[in-house]
Amino acid sequence: MSSTSTQPDLLYTEEEEALRAAVRGLLADHCDAAGVIARTETDTPHDMSLWKVLSDGMGLAGLLVPEELGGQGASHREAAVVLEELGRSVAPVPYLTSAVVATEALLACGTEDLITELAGGRAIGALAVALNVATGGAYRLVRQENGALHGELTAVADAACADVLLVPADDGGLYAVDASAVTVTPQVSLDLTRPLAKVSLDGAPGRLLGDAEPAVQRALRAGAGLLASEQLGLTDWCLTETVRHLKDRKQFNRPVGGFQALKHRLAQLWLESVNLRAAARNAAGALATGSGDTDLAVAVAQAYAAPVAVHAAEEAVQLHGGIGMTWEHPAHLYLKRAKADAIAYGTAGGHREALAGLVDLPAPS
Amino acid sequence: MTVTPDAAELRRRTQELLAAHPPADTGRLDFLKARFDAGLAWVHYPEGLGGLGAPRSLQAVVDAELEAADAPDNDPRRIGIGLGMAAPTILGFGTEEQKKRFLRPLWTGEEVWCQLFSEPGAGSDLAALGTRAVRDGDDWVVNGQKVWTSSAHLARWAILIARTDPEVPKHRGITYFVCDMTDPGVEVRPLRQITGEAEFNEVFLTDVRIPDAHRLGEIGDGWRVAQTTLMNERVSIGGMRIPREGGMIGPVAKTWRERPELRTHDLHQRLLKLWVEAEVARLTGERLRQQLVAGQPGPEGSGMKLAFARLNQEISGLEVELRGEEGLSYDDWTMRRPELVDFTGRDAGYRYLRSKGNSIEGGTSEVLLNIVAERVLGLPAEPRTDKDVAWKDLAR
Repeated sequence: MSSTSTQPDLLYTEEEEALRAAVRGLLADHCDAAGVIARTETDTPHDMSLWKVLSDGMGLAGLLVPEELGGQGASHREAAVVLEELGRSVAPVPYLTSAVVATEALLACGTEDLITELAGGRAIGALAVALNVATGGAYRLVRQENGALHGELTAVADAACADVLLVPADDGGLYAVDASAVTVTPQVSLDLTRPLAKVSLDGAPGRLLGDAEPAVQRALRAGAGLLASEQLGLTDWCLTETVRHLKDRKQFNRPVGGFQALKHRLAQLWLESVNLRAAARNAAGALATGSGDTDLAVAVAQAYAAPVAVHAAEEAVQLHGGIGMTWEHPAHLYLKRAKADAIAYGTAGGHREALAGLVDLPAPS
Repeated sequence: MTVTPDAAELRRRTQELLAAHPPADTGRLDFLKARFDAGLAWVHYPEGLGGLGAPRSLQAVVDAELEAADAPDNDPRRIGIGLGMAAPTILGFGTEEQKKRFLRPLWTGEEVWCQLFSEPGAGSDLAALGTRAVRDGDDWVVNGQKVWTSSAHLARWAILIARTDPEVPKHRGITYFVCDMTDPGVEVRPLRQITGEAEFNEVFLTDVRIPDAHRLGEIGDGWRVAQTTLMNERVSIGGMRIPREGGMIGPVAKTWRERPELRTHDLHQRLLKLWVEAEVARLTGERLRQQLVAGQPGPEGSGMKLAFARLNQEISGLEVELRGEEGLSYDDWTMRRPELVDFTGRDAGYRYLRSKGNSIEGGTSEVLLNIVAERVLGLPAEPRTDKDVAWKDLAR
């Protein structure tokens, strides 16, 4: 294996840093931890007013959409920066699911009117594929009969706040189905801030958008690749907050963060976060340029990111001591998101298996 | 005032050098001397000392031109300690005479340098070193023992730190010298290591006389001078572009592809995990390189050595296991004194044993984790009981 000449830019541009500052500022004002925790136990776990500001106000739902279709004509690099910040705040908004995954599926089908609606934040889309499915993995189909769709799909992330569901059917087509034409039942989810729902279709009318398979594959690949940036944001918050706490917290007449056993654990976590940043930027850059290395870059990022984010969240809980076990402290939101993210769009092990084929390291026969 | 040369000017000067000294008809050493005198050795050094005061990043322009013309290089791997550690220290703290005397033969490789820093009693706590230098007229008389000295048996000169004042706390009583390795009081003994060979030496210093003119920096300021040396050691580690599978993972991936009969499921899982980690470490190095090129150096470099030490050890360990019956053999235990260190050379068993040193040499991984925790994360420093204690009163 030799490296290709197209090595993505792994840094952040000035514009990307400005975008980060804007999103971070907005989240500081509109997405405090106490509010997020309180919202998880209401009937509306998604923060629709925050979503409105992000999508309608800042135009962030249209980053992947060309300007002529009402988007910003930006790229996965910018969307990745937004996801880093949303990850840092475990913001309960359907950004990854609607502005990335559903939008990619629609872009694959060329469904201009829906793309424009999603890009402008006038509608939220959800790809009706279980969140754990990876690129190349099997997913459930609904039955298409005379234009009406029948079936039940589970573990659909953010379906509860979606206006339109993108449903793969047994005739090979991808259908747009209005949320009002189906029954969406929230599932009690491990991740409180990206809740799942069951979608039941009982003769729902669907609009054929195109072939399901290429659209689903494109959507899942982008979802997996940019999820690494969300995991980077989660990791960054867990590390920063834990370091802050350990400088502050005193036991045995000294800051707990001065004990070498803990210093080494935090330094180790920092190293992992530095590595994750490179891997996540590499995946975002590959997706943005459509590089021939994209499958590999995404698989590497996902194989690396999941254990790091989970490690960061687990360390945050452990090193906060008793308070890390409370409902009141937000560490659990990060642990639940990190653990769910480790399954979302494929596990690390699944991505490693994909890599075996991509880099010619085959399994024993 | 002279104008700093840009890339075009450096290209012009390089072509001029090549025209005046065609590599095909010029002796290697003559060419290297001419290159030094043309200021194209290390362009960021001052004029007259092998450079032109140009930005360091422009060295690549010169190197590319010279490589295209098949010009000889100064075999930097053979003289790494001189180039990476002695030279920047001499440049930063040397007198004009010292710079004139030492830098040219250092760069051309005519004179090899080694480093006399670590001691049996001063490893991670280098500042506790006990080699004594006592003033005697215009000379210093040095007695003590140094260890882990690579190239000592080849070296003409050494950078040396020694204790000149035992009455003050350890960091304050150290002075930095250039030591003549041909002095009759210098005895170099090979130090055989777990690989069977002796890359390193022990160096015994008995009444070695060093003229005061070979002192670098002020008396008692040696610790600060040494920081420059050590800082440059770390800078020279980062900044290289590595191809995918360019490091320790390359040989094991190759073995995996060529020897299907060795494959097991357990090894497959571990190999893929390490392949991912090696690729991510490579990307981190690439990101660091991009940061340096963009003039935004971050703290990320502090972690590179830690990551590579662990990866080298785990990957080479996996390869020994993968090789099964062959993993039980070893290529050669013969005691040798190699001129070059090659982490990825020889067989898997050698790589496995040699990489054990990666988490010890140049700062142990444990100390580096402390440094990351304190300097990058801002966590409290380790408690220091030796801060205000005279060196002579320290526990030992």
